[in-house]
Amino acid sequence: MSTKTPNNNASAQAINETAINDDTANASQSSEKKAMLNAEYKELAIQGLWKNNPGLVQLLGLCPLLAVTGTVANALGLGLATLLVLICSNVTVSAIRHWVPKEIRIPIFVLIIAAFVTCVQLLMNAYTFGLYQSLGIFLPLIVTNCAIIGRAEAYASKNPIKQAAFDGFMMGIGFALVLVVLGAIREILGQGTLFDGAHLLLGDWASSLRIEVMQFDSQFLLAILPPGAFIAMGFLIAIKNAIDAKMKKAQVNTHDGTIERVRVNFDS
Amino acid sequence: MAFWIASSPHNHIQSETSQLMRHVIYAAIPGIFAQWYFFGWGNLIHIGLAILTALLCEFTILALRNKPISKELFDGSAILTAVLLGICLPALAPWWITVIGVIFAIGIAKQLYGGLGHNPFNPAMTGYVVLLISFPLQMTTWQPPLSLLNIELNLSNTLSAIFTGFTLEGYSVEQIRTGIDGITMATPLDTLKTNTTLGLTVYESMTANVFGDNFALGWEWINAGFVIGGIYLIIKKMIPWQTPVSFLAGIFICSFIAYSINPDSSPSTMFHWLSGATMIGAFFILTDPVTGATSIKGRIIVGLLAGLLVYLIRTFGGYPDGVAFAILLCNMAAPLIDQYTRPRTYGHTKG
Repeated sequence: MSTKTPNNNASAQAINETAINDDTANASQSSEKKAMLNAEYKELAIQGLWKNNPGLVQLLGLCPLLAVTGTVANALGLGLATLLVLICSNVTVSAIRHWVPKEIRIPIFVLIIAAFVTCVQLLMNAYTFGLYQSLGIFLPLIVTNCAIIGRAEAYASKNPIKQAAFDGFMMGIGFALVLVVLGAIREILGQGTLFDGAHLLLGDWASSLRIEVMQFDSQFLLAILPPGAFIAMGFLIAIKNAIDAKMKKAQVNTHDGTIERVRVNFDS
Repeated sequence: MAFWIASSPHNHIQSETSQLMRHVIYAAIPGIFAQWYFFGWGNLIHIGLAILTALLCEFTILALRNKPISKELFDGSAILTAVLLGICLPALAPWWITVIGVIFAIGIAKQLYGGLGHNPFNPAMTGYVVLLISFPLQMTTWQPPLSLLNIELNLSNTLSAIFTGFTLEGYSVEQIRTGIDGITMATPLDTLKTNTTLGLTVYESMTANVFGDNFALGWEWINAGFVIGGIYLIIKKMIPWQTPVSFLAGIFICSFIAYSINPDSSPSTMFHWLSGATMIGAFFILTDPVTGATSIKGRIIVGLLAGLLVYLIRTFGGYPDGVAFAILLCNMAAPLIDQYTRPRTYGHTKG
């Protein structure tokens, strides 16, 4: 987990220190700080949405990602729930980061996340009961979503509240986007519709959102069943990697390759 | 002067992939002929459609991958996959079943993994299982043998039924399947399974007309046809004999034990051998050189395992036939089995 986290923790730490010494800073320092902060936010957005997307790159939280993305409505519901939990847990973890003993930080993070998941679960039970039922066990299972505890451990526990909240927001949006795209693919292939059952999430007006993309005599069950999720997910990751490779190729290769001599042995 | 050093074996016939594939396709002809004789033109049409789709699909992906098209397109592997898938489909399944199955088999199960020689799962069986899971209704509407049909099913009627769902006279596929007494006829395996759950004994359910005089009307001859083709392949040394023999032995052991304990609810070994996809699985699919085990001991283990799985799925599973599932599971296990059944290198001690 830690190997894949962004390397911007050090710079965030630096910002943190400047924030503490804010009283003594003069005008030029504060503008410099602002620029750095903006760069930090930009980096966080890129990391969360693309470079370090929890769904496509970190491959965290695959269980709900694959299990409930049968329709766009389900995917959106779970995506929003995860987003909410992620932001709240990041803020809380960041707020109490100075008082959490290092040795027992993981149980503390889990308890915080569990508390927020319980809140979200009760809220969904109260206001979106249909969706609550169709998400089933995967709603309480957000507690075990590695993307959330991963962000708490790798980012929120080392950075101030604002950045942590923004990081949670971007990571959550990135995760929700993957969920929705996957849900859309599977819903179109599986039953030929889009936004079927959106009224469960958004209220009765949303039932008019339902789009009949294609008319099938019979459902393509594979797309709705878990194997379809794995295959579609594989394709999404492949597309992302292809785009990355293309972008890398488009960049002018400036640094000269150094000649290295490699000793080849046949032992392995 | 340089010596050309190659690893063993040093003495082998320089046969090419396309040659092997061609022989396997030839060997399938007796079985296909029996299928045509008992079930009509349906499967021939599906095979033709499958070959066409397979070549198109293979061509597209090879072009995308910048591979030598003419060499790999006609190495016969895509055609063989298409033939095997076409044989497995219900004769009157709609045309898009074949197209989707072949696209999945060639595009995803074979080419996405890296093409011929890199696919961990048998493409034909993957395509078949995808279809079976996705379209259970269409994939289980098996048509009874021609001799039991009320409606004459000639070439044009079959074509029309596959492409439009109705014969030229307007009979639906469902009506074709219905016998004189108004009851839909299923395959022998399916009938047996339903009847045993209803509490009938095997002997009682064997009186149904889909079973014919011996074991399974039509199916027994199709299976016999594939045995002939398989023996031809073994004689030609195209496939190892250990795989089919151990597979059939696996089914024999399981069904013999079950028959000895409870003859009322377990059919005989011959019924298991000669109905469903047993023989095509044993000689044509389990022997796939890419996805099967490679060592002799490994082949025997894979065969026995597949036999056990087929018996278990047929007896306790949700689907009437389990050859495709059993073979895919064995494909999954093959690398591990190979790992533990490495033959001893000459000159090395055991262990």
